[in-house]
Amino acid sequence: METSGSRSTAGRALPVVIRNIVKHYGAVRALDDVSLTVGQGEFVTLLGPSGSGKTTLLMTIAGFARPTAGSIVVGDTEVVRLPPHKRDIGMVFQNYALFPHMTVGENVAYPLRLRNKPKAETAERVEQVLDLVQLAGYGGRRVDQLSGGQRQRIALARAIVFEPRILLMDEPLSALDKQLRERMQIEIRRLHDRLGMTTIAVTHDQREALTMSDRVAVLHQGRLTQFDTPRRLYERPTNRFVAEFIGESSFLPVSIENGIARYGDTVLSLAEAPSGTAAQLLLLRPEKLLFLNGQAPGRATAVNRLQGTVTETVFQGESVLLTVRLQGGHEIHTRLPNRQLDSAAVPEIGAPIELGLAAEDALLVPGDR
Amino acid sequence: MAISTTAPHLTGEAHYLTELEQDARRERRQLFALCTPGLLLTMLLLFLPIGWLFWFSFIDADGNPTFEHYSRIWTEGAYVQIFIITFQISILVTAICVLLGYPVAYCLSQLPPKWSGLLLIGILLPFWTSLLVRTYAWLVLLQRRGIVNDTLIDLGIVQQPLPLVHNMTGTIIGMVHIMIPFLVLPLYASMKSIDGTYLRAAANLGASPTRAFWEIYLPLSLPGLVAGLVLTFILCLGFYITPAVLGGGRVQMIAQRIEASVHLYPTWGPASALGVVLLLLTTLILLASHWLLGRWRRRLG
Ligand SMILES: Nc1ncnc2c1ncn2[C@@H]1O[C@H](COP(=O)(O)OP(=O)(O)OP(=O)(O)O)[C@@H](O)[C@H]1O
Ligand SMILES: [Mg+2]
Repeated sequence: METSGSRSTAGRALPVVIRNIVKHYGAVRALDDVSLTVGQGEFVTLLGPSGSGKTTLLMTIAGFARPTAGSIVVGDTEVVRLPPHKRDIGMVFQNYALFPHMTVGENVAYPLRLRNKPKAETAERVEQVLDLVQLAGYGGRRVDQLSGGQRQRIALARAIVFEPRILLMDEPLSALDKQLRERMQIEIRRLHDRLGMTTIAVTHDQREALTMSDRVAVLHQGRLTQFDTPRRLYERPTNRFVAEFIGESSFLPVSIENGIARYGDTVLSLAEAPSGTAAQLLLLRPEKLLFLNGQAPGRATAVNRLQGTVTETVFQGESVLLTVRLQGGHEIHTRLPNRQLDSAAVPEIGAPIELGLAAEDALLVPGDR
Repeated sequence: MAISTTAPHLTGEAHYLTELEQDARRERRQLFALCTPGLLLTMLLLFLPIGWLFWFSFIDADGNPTFEHYSRIWTEGAYVQIFIITFQISILVTAICVLLGYPVAYCLSQLPPKWSGLLLIGILLPFWTSLLVRTYAWLVLLQRRGIVNDTLIDLGIVQQPLPLVHNMTGTIIGMVHIMIPFLVLPLYASMKSIDGTYLRAAANLGASPTRAFWEIYLPLSLPGLVAGLVLTFILCLGFYITPAVLGGGRVQMIAQRIEASVHLYPTWGPASALGVVLLLLTTLILLASHWLLGRWRRRLG
């Protein structure tokens, strides 16, 4: 159902170049030299733990917080000095901020009214956008007659109705329950693909970030620690923080000598040859570990073998979480998928176990955070 | 606990439910019983005098029932004039209070708590001194050779002392001063509850600060404004001391007329009738504003 309401705004979508943004609140460095380039029509998510500066970065882009230093260029306009109402940036607020004294339709029409669009055109455009967020015919409702998910959609409709150059979203789905959140993640992504609007969203939910984004910017204590595609962020984290924050992980200390990495006495085969001599950490993802128990791994590539004993087993539905104490004394986690429970009995506590890690999954990250 | 609302047809559970309901009802009754003494006292103190007022307003000097006190109010021009003046003053004072009080309340609501608390004390400070003292203080300030006139003459702004007191001007200055907290406090409370993200959202959608104020902030603060406005207006209608002192007898409002009637006539009847009319007018205004506010609230949700 391609109506004119779903026409692409790609022509208006603009890249955003954020350079060396610093924001101090007194002694607190909310943002510490953040540089980030968001391509035209790209969907980027800012991900990070609480207090990492995500909201602050979004607010500086929207114009509600003036950075201490740095520059933000949208298209070819420097916007750092522009007041928020002149930036032409749409935003979905965390609590949606739908005006309670206006109906749904009036809320969505408000940005058009501010731009002195003719009445007929406004009405038509409002209908189109409501249709786009699948709430056609809700224009006459009061805001408090909407459910949480509907409010979220209306907030989105209001933010895109005036075809802004960029769309910002501050934890747009955090107020929704899990199922609705997952549905809206896909819906927002679809809408983005249809409208082609440059989008920057904030979340502290890693799954949400991985689901929706082209690229994810991970923030930690006001600094950008890694900016990459979801896949690379998960498979090739460049530091311990990202490896820990995204997905499940265990770490083993690794010493490096003459380009050879060792865990204890075991020489490790790695995906990439180690560089430098500083001690590093071997990243273990629970689901990447193979259960060997004496058998040959049945793979062409090299497999690192790790021996240990099971110290804890927890049934978690889709898998059994095993805690394994390695011979070196380190505890790591692994998962036995539910589908394997038929063929392989859950190991008893205290039972010896041999785990394998394929060389292409063996990744080192710097030891410091 | 097998409390089920899905299977009320099961006799056992239905019985159980009614027992619970009875328990809840008993608890409500007991709680209500707790507040009956206070309720009774309030009823006694509120309705007895008002009942008396109504009763006396229909009794003539000889103790016979009569309408003469009311008919006098409608027929004698002086009374009608007094009602008109009372409303004029009340409207004017309320309007000035709104013009002065709205920015004050807005400032208060935007300041960090430390400062707003301090300023709030400044607004409440007048309540710590008696109304009479404050009113006489204005007399001292505004009289012919008072501080205000002296200063104006010294500065060469005026040649003759301005007639600032013993007239309408003085009455209104004094009343605005007394009334302004009654407007500011409810307004401040309602402004305090307006979420700042509404204004951010408006700015984000392209509203200049001015438009965001008129189209978002003002409508959202309206319930508080109307509440303060009605309170101020109603207090103005029945105001006595300040107009009496600062009006210098030249400004007559209803309350003064009531007092005069008490002295003038041998019975309570005429004064009571005036009181009843004032009470009814006030009630009418309250009901109307309540209705209006209710409609607005329903829009706000
Ligand atoms: N107005 C402010 N005054 C002082 N400090 C602030 C202010 N706003 C944010 N901060 C500080 O800046 C840092 C970053 O805050 P920010 O709100 O950007 O975090 P966030 O990543 O959005 O966290 P969350 O996930 O909890 O929303 C925090 O340490 C916070 O305490
Ligand atoms: Mg935040």
